[in-house]
Amino acid sequence: MKIARTLFEKIWDAHVVATPAGRSPIIYIDLHLVHEVTSPQAFDGLRAAGRRVRQPLRTVATVDHNIPTEPRGTPITDLIAAKQIAVLQANCKEFGIRLFDMDSPDQGIVHVIGPELGITQPGMTIVCGDSHTSTHGAFGSLAFGIGTSEVEHVLATQCLAQQKPKTMKIDVRGKLADGVTAKDLALGIIGQMGTDGATGYVIEYAGPAVRALSMEGRMTLCNMSIEAGARAGMVAPDETTIGYVKGRKFAPKGADWEKAVTYWRSLPSDADATFDNVVEIDAAQLCPFVTWGTNPGMVAPVTGRVPEIKALEDSERRAAELALQYMALEPGKRIEDIAVDRVFIGSCTNSRIEDLRAAARVARGHRVSSNVRAMVVPGSQAVKRAAEQEGLHKVFQDAGFEWRESGCSMCLGMNPDILQPGERCASTSNRNFEGRQGRGGRTHLVSPMMAAAAAIAGHFTDIRNWKYQ
Amino acid sequence: MKPFTVHRGRVAPLDRVNVDTDQIIPKQFLKRIEKTGFGQFVFNDWRFGADGTRNPDFVLHDPRYEGATVLVARKNFGCGSSREHAVWALADFGFRAVISSSFADIFANNSTKNGFLTVRLTDDEVATVMKRAQDIDEYWLSIDLEKCEVRDDQGFSAKFPVDEFVRHCLLNGLDDIGLTLQYDADIAAYEKEHPLGTASG
Repeated sequence: MKIARTLFEKIWDAHVVATPAGRSPIIYIDLHLVHEVTSPQAFDGLRAAGRRVRQPLRTVATVDHNIPTEPRGTPITDLIAAKQIAVLQANCKEFGIRLFDMDSPDQGIVHVIGPELGITQPGMTIVCGDSHTSTHGAFGSLAFGIGTSEVEHVLATQCLAQQKPKTMKIDVRGKLADGVTAKDLALGIIGQMGTDGATGYVIEYAGPAVRALSMEGRMTLCNMSIEAGARAGMVAPDETTIGYVKGRKFAPKGADWEKAVTYWRSLPSDADATFDNVVEIDAAQLCPFVTWGTNPGMVAPVTGRVPEIKALEDSERRAAELALQYMALEPGKRIEDIAVDRVFIGSCTNSRIEDLRAAARVARGHRVSSNVRAMVVPGSQAVKRAAEQEGLHKVFQDAGFEWRESGCSMCLGMNPDILQPGERCASTSNRNFEGRQGRGGRTHLVSPMMAAAAAIAGHFTDIRNWKYQ
Repeated sequence: MKPFTVHRGRVAPLDRVNVDTDQIIPKQFLKRIEKTGFGQFVFNDWRFGADGTRNPDFVLHDPRYEGATVLVARKNFGCGSSREHAVWALADFGFRAVISSSFADIFANNSTKNGFLTVRLTDDEVATVMKRAQDIDEYWLSIDLEKCEVRDDQGFSAKFPVDEFVRHCLLNGLDDIGLTLQYDADIAAYEKEHPLGTASG
């Protein structure tokens, strides 16, 4: 009898190259994504050891983390950032790696362009020197972030020695209500399990509420897996996945396509496959969430309040006190009474066309509050073009949002897009760590709709009561 | 890679949970293209004010912990970004190991590639080490990777778990790229069976 296997186990088994006695298994990596920040030392390592890139065609690079989002062609004033970009350009040239550079029509955040170019495909193993590589798991691939030493390892060997992670199924029952998005689902899950609740696990998201998500929604959900500590997040490929990949630039064509689809359809977890851990979530219990603290597990419903410290468990109290001190918030304050200075719509979590459509729908016919500076940063040049074809840029600009060039931008503030000390930001990004968006900056994570509404209202507001124009 | 066998050093207590990599090495310092020189920036925003003034209240600036080579912190150390710069910064500052009750996966992985040890103890054991590091002047610990054990001079000792292969690499300072390349024939055979552009390849 065939042993029942999970989606993860099928992909893992298909990629084991060798299982040396007393060592971690060696697994093959189908796709290696590279960017400017975590790669220079890896290329240096290759040169020092006299090694080459084993599979340049399985390696794809772009610049995203530190590039400005001002109009392209504006000189980069940060000389260290400019050097890092120049070093990636030189490395890609030396080692024969395809680079979607600043001036490429395909440039964008690495986790946005992989999927939209059809480079990301179901069943693949995908790595990148970036923790949000988990995004690509939305396609039913095994995708995880690695450090620079492992970047070098993959460049040199196209393999990684990896301990096999444990498996967790998160079964999301029921249906998300209007105004409750994949971002809220992710925040709800992290709020429940904490930022280390899935450490050591690969999560498979399943259940009707996940099946009902678009690919963009699934990417948002898988993207945030790392914020629960997970090694990776995955969603089994289905017709939604296949429909998204079909016809994309690097997707298989003709007979290869038919073969690929047949293989992809074999990947979903067998009905009787078992997981090391199973968590059930009732989608109907979820609402729009806002983070109040300094990690993504510190969440409250938009209709709720900043928690009372004494109501928390002992182990959480000290962290909550420090967080509230940093965030300059009083326990018990209504979330809807928190005013914002800045709004950021973008990042590998929420900068795809569907995210921008959702935010534009909220913004249409309204004006950004006079106390707020709001920016929209599309995830890629392709997203930017698509949005402009639909006229979304006009909707944003008419409402008073800045419309910028693609990149990671204020998600991590490695470029000039940063918060000033004390500024409070409603952000569609993934981390609200101290100083993440700029030293002394205060980040509240929300969905694109909630961010757009906060920009207009000047404070958080329940999107479920929004007056659409 | 520098081998790790037995290390004895002074312990600095960082009494916080979820110490993320954005705190260990803030993003403004990630633009360097070298692996070296990150130590000066470790915990920058906690160690220094916005104007660069030294924060005398931060634990690493307490003269009692000067020269500490072992850091103890609460659970989920190293969560967040995959930046290996976090390990480079801790190591360059002079640390050889961090003790916590849990570590984020990528941080722990990155550590092993740099001869830097993540020592996982129970919450209670971490609490003991934390308290002793706070209360006892000149609190030193020995971290023995051969015996997978930590010991202090006051009678505390605890075993810690470590993957056998990781332990082997750390003890011997092995370059794991070289180890994988021992399987070059297997990799080549796999590549022949799974050419680029095929569904399972």
